[in-house]
Amino acid sequence: MKIIFPVLIVSGLGLAFGLILSYASKKFAVEIDERVEKIRGVLPGANCGGCGFSGCDQYAEAIVGESAAINLCPVGGSGVVTQISEIMGVDSESGEKMVARVMCNGTWDKVKIKFDYDGIIDCRSAATMAGGPSSCIYGCEGMGSCKRVCAFGAIEVENGLARIIERKCSGCGRCVVECPKGIIKMVPAKSEYSVCCSNHEKGAVARKNCQVACIACQKCVKECPVGAISMDNFCSVIDPSKCINCGKCYKVCPTGAISKFTGHM
Amino acid sequence: MKEIILIAISAILVENFVLTKFLGICPFLGVSKKLSTALGMGGAVVFVITLSSAVTWVVYEYLLYDYPYLRTIAFILVIAALVQFVEIVLKKFVPTLYTALGIYLPLITTNCAVLGSALLNVERGYTFFQALVFGFAASVGFTLALILFSGVRERMETSDIPIAFQGLPITLIAAALVSVAFVGFQGLFGI
Repeated sequence: MKIIFPVLIVSGLGLAFGLILSYASKKFAVEIDERVEKIRGVLPGANCGGCGFSGCDQYAEAIVGESAAINLCPVGGSGVVTQISEIMGVDSESGEKMVARVMCNGTWDKVKIKFDYDGIIDCRSAATMAGGPSSCIYGCEGMGSCKRVCAFGAIEVENGLARIIERKCSGCGRCVVECPKGIIKMVPAKSEYSVCCSNHEKGAVARKNCQVACIACQKCVKECPVGAISMDNFCSVIDPSKCINCGKCYKVCPTGAISKFTGHM
Repeated sequence: MKEIILIAISAILVENFVLTKFLGICPFLGVSKKLSTALGMGGAVVFVITLSSAVTWVVYEYLLYDYPYLRTIAFILVIAALVQFVEIVLKKFVPTLYTALGIYLPLITTNCAVLGSALLNVERGYTFFQALVFGFAASVGFTLALILFSGVRERMETSDIPIAFQGLPITLIAAALVSVAFVGFQGLFGI
């Protein structure tokens, strides 16, 4: 008796609770659209917020519930868009795979240092002091604010310059928002050449501040066979939608402001 | 009435679960980084401890009275089932509260403050109403500790801490200091 009653009590309690719970889960079941779970399974699950929703769960619910656009996920790329379009029965407008790119080549040995910065290691903070310690006020400060917001470990800071490892980049665009200088741009991953300079000063001044600055000589503009390069306030810009990746601008650039990206840096 | 008030105040301040009884240290350190999460966790704990105090009191009084050694295992069972049940019901009927409590609700299943309050109720031989008040007050004390400490930690975020103390070490030292302050309530009302 001494052992039977306790055993009965505990197992009885367990059984009772089990029954109550299983009944409750049936009785109070909340109907979830099965498409939400399917889409949630297809999404990458990084919860990066690149789509504009707070996470993958919320995005999946928004696609089904509020008919949000299906191509908002920058991480999954066109693969995920096709899968979602199959689940939802919507045509896929393919989202081209985009990556972030730092439009600056100014490592510490290429620029002059105006002063020794001894404050908080944060780009925004450094930028408030006379535009940062680098002589080029447009360039990368190398304090790694972008690196800290990157959820995918795709950014490295070396010698005072942030570099994006494009095969790891998911294109969520958080670094673009974070950079106080606004020199990180989203470009299609297939575009191989970019003008890695954002300096809008006149050629002579730009050159004085940084050895690899765009000096607005316009050689690339003349060389480009498809007219994809234009000048924007003394700094050339390649339009990736027109660029055919021929590389002529890269060869002709006298300062090395145009860089080649092979996509698997 | 006087007794009820005494139970409530002593559970909140004098025998604060976290700071003088050292129950529920894990969520205390885990979710006290920000005031908003501390409030979320606190709300969920108040909800669950008050409910579980009532249910465990009934279970003990009518089932386990002759087998007091069963109470730990039975209470864990009761609390786990109760939290599950509450979660299901909330999800169906009060979705706003369900999303507000979020992940904290299922986490509480393994919070030792919940089991602690249930066991203390039994040990002290409280009546049903006293047990309810004790559970509610103890969880309010838990929330109070969480909120106070989240203020301390938000302050620490911006202060210059020696590298050797950064992270958990300074958190534990700060917790000890706050705890010392709460032990000071020991003399309150001569309890």
